[in-house]
Amino acid sequence: MSDAEAAEARRIAGEARDRVRFEEEALELADQVYRVARRLVGTREEAEELVQETYARAFRSWRSYTHGTNMRAWLLRILTNLNLDRGRKIQRTPDLQPLEEGDYYLANKVAAAEGEQALEQDQVVERLSQGGVVDALADVPHDFRDVVVLVDIGDFSYADAAQILDIPIGTVMSRLHRGRRILKQKLAEESLT
Amino acid sequence: MTTHDPGCDKCEELLQGYLDRDLDPAEVVVAEGHLDGCDYCRRRYRFEEKLRRYIRLSASERMPAGLMAKLAELRDRAPGAL
Repeated sequence: MSDAEAAEARRIAGEARDRVRFEEEALELADQVYRVARRLVGTREEAEELVQETYARAFRSWRSYTHGTNMRAWLLRILTNLNLDRGRKIQRTPDLQPLEEGDYYLANKVAAAEGEQALEQDQVVERLSQGGVVDALADVPHDFRDVVVLVDIGDFSYADAAQILDIPIGTVMSRLHRGRRILKQKLAEESLT
Repeated sequence: MTTHDPGCDKCEELLQGYLDRDLDPAEVVVAEGHLDGCDYCRRRYRFEEKLRRYIRLSASERMPAGLMAKLAELRDRAPGAL
């Protein structure tokens, strides 16, 4: 084998190792990717499809991932783009926004219904049923929900969420804050009425 | 403590940034200074912390059985797969 051939053989072997390492790392993240995907779309089936499309694309374009960077964010960026490409229903933000309640809104509702001391109880939030949380989240408009899901369920930083959604960090923060307030309003409507 | 104390309004505004550890030091002083003396706001901050944990827990759904096998299959079918 000539030196050139030996170098080429080493290059191929090195690339094969990188690829296997990439694939293993990506598959280890599948559950975490699914948990986010599940709350970005309406059904389990859609979430499964979206995750499969994401991984199909990731396995094809693994070379564009830079080793050592945040792979979970890289995968979620593919996933959120695919979700947009799937033509998720464009949801026009109504011109007339409902009066936005403050951050104490839900707590105040609970206190009004059960008394101020109820807020101290550890189980107070558990009385907002689990289904209530899922339904309320599904009711938050897409733009706001994407950010809330990435940060509060996916545990991404503001900066990661900005990169994943390709929006400025200031937009992440304002959508996150509004999205959480909307979520609390929905929870109050769905759980306490 | 009343709900209409202007300090409570300010504290309510700072809640998300405080729990996200995203306030500047001067704002942290304002929030903590108020929380020290205000049961009303302290209860609401604790409620919010519990709520966040609960939302994360109840909205998080495990990957369905079988999806991992499908993903491994996609890996094996990808162009140039080993």
